[in-house]
Amino acid sequence: MSWTLVLVLAAGAYACKGVGFFLLAGRRLPAVVDRCLALIPAAVVAALVVKDTFSAGQELVVDARVPGVAVAVVLVWRRAPFVVVVVAAALVTAGVRRAGWA
Amino acid sequence: MTPRHVWRDPSLRPVVAASLTLSLAIGVFGVSFGVGAVSAGASVAQACVMSLLVFTGASQLSAVSVIAAGGTTASALGGALVLAARNGVYALTMGRRVRGRLPTRLVAAQLTIDESTAMSLAQDDPVAQRAAFWITGGSVYVFWNLATFAGALIGTAIDPVTFGLDAAFPAAYVAMVWPQLRTARGRDAALLGSVICLGLVPVLPVGVPILCAALAVLVGVPAPSAPSVPSARPAEPA
Repeated sequence: MSWTLVLVLAAGAYACKGVGFFLLAGRRLPAVVDRCLALIPAAVVAALVVKDTFSAGQELVVDARVPGVAVAVVLVWRRAPFVVVVVAAALVTAGVRRAGWA
Repeated sequence: MTPRHVWRDPSLRPVVAASLTLSLAIGVFGVSFGVGAVSAGASVAQACVMSLLVFTGASQLSAVSVIAAGGTTASALGGALVLAARNGVYALTMGRRVRGRLPTRLVAAQLTIDESTAMSLAQDDPVAQRAAFWITGGSVYVFWNLATFAGALIGTAIDPVTFGLDAAFPAAYVAMVWPQLRTARGRDAALLGSVICLGLVPVLPVGVPILCAALAVLVGVPAPSAPSVPSARPAEPA
């Protein structure tokens, strides 16, 4: 991993926060822009879920991560605490691997 | 800033308790990040500087996972910056609420993330909103960075795959995205973003499909028929 990545990401991430905080906070944006910006977490984080569950590099795969994430979905739906969700998913995936099922 | 008496104010005890619970979870997540970063080839210093300066978990994880999968620096940056953009949306809201001199506000901007925004917006009056922002943002900052350091030190001593840590990240994302699925628009954007991403994984370089998934926000273009416009609601404190 390069320092370029670390430092450019740091500058970019702070710029995102700063633009919102200092430049745009006092202004009204067009409603359509507001509506679209509000959907960024839904679109991108959902995509991250499926990418990190079903892909390895450029390949689509079904492996031990799938049961782990499935358990996470059930736990989140049942309103389990975040730490329980994360630890349970890791344990299930590790267990399935150890058992040699996937 | 957070005055000392805030910690003794009984009305803020639930906020302090929630922040500490959250920080414990962030700690687990941060250790996973530290281990993942070092496994992807980062040095301990790089992992720690990333957590100190970038300070937005999903972006950091996304960058690390792209590098670990053999992606380029440019594609790692692209996906991570799209994710970081959501903090700009939160900052639109927090910039109107957090008061103080310029240095205070510069720090506040850095602490504007999912958790601090959600905890702040959950409070009723402006004083509690500001206190919740500082308490949550500050405690998450401390725990995220300590945990990153610990994880980076553990680093390659453990194999993340053996411990299922590769499932910990998507599990954390599930918890983060869940509150976004309460509205029909949120569900549409999530479904479309997922389909775009998975469809493009086999044909585009690593990291680029996440960028393309952001196009799913365009489901927000048509004016809503009902008056209930989804607000810039951050992920709930998980």
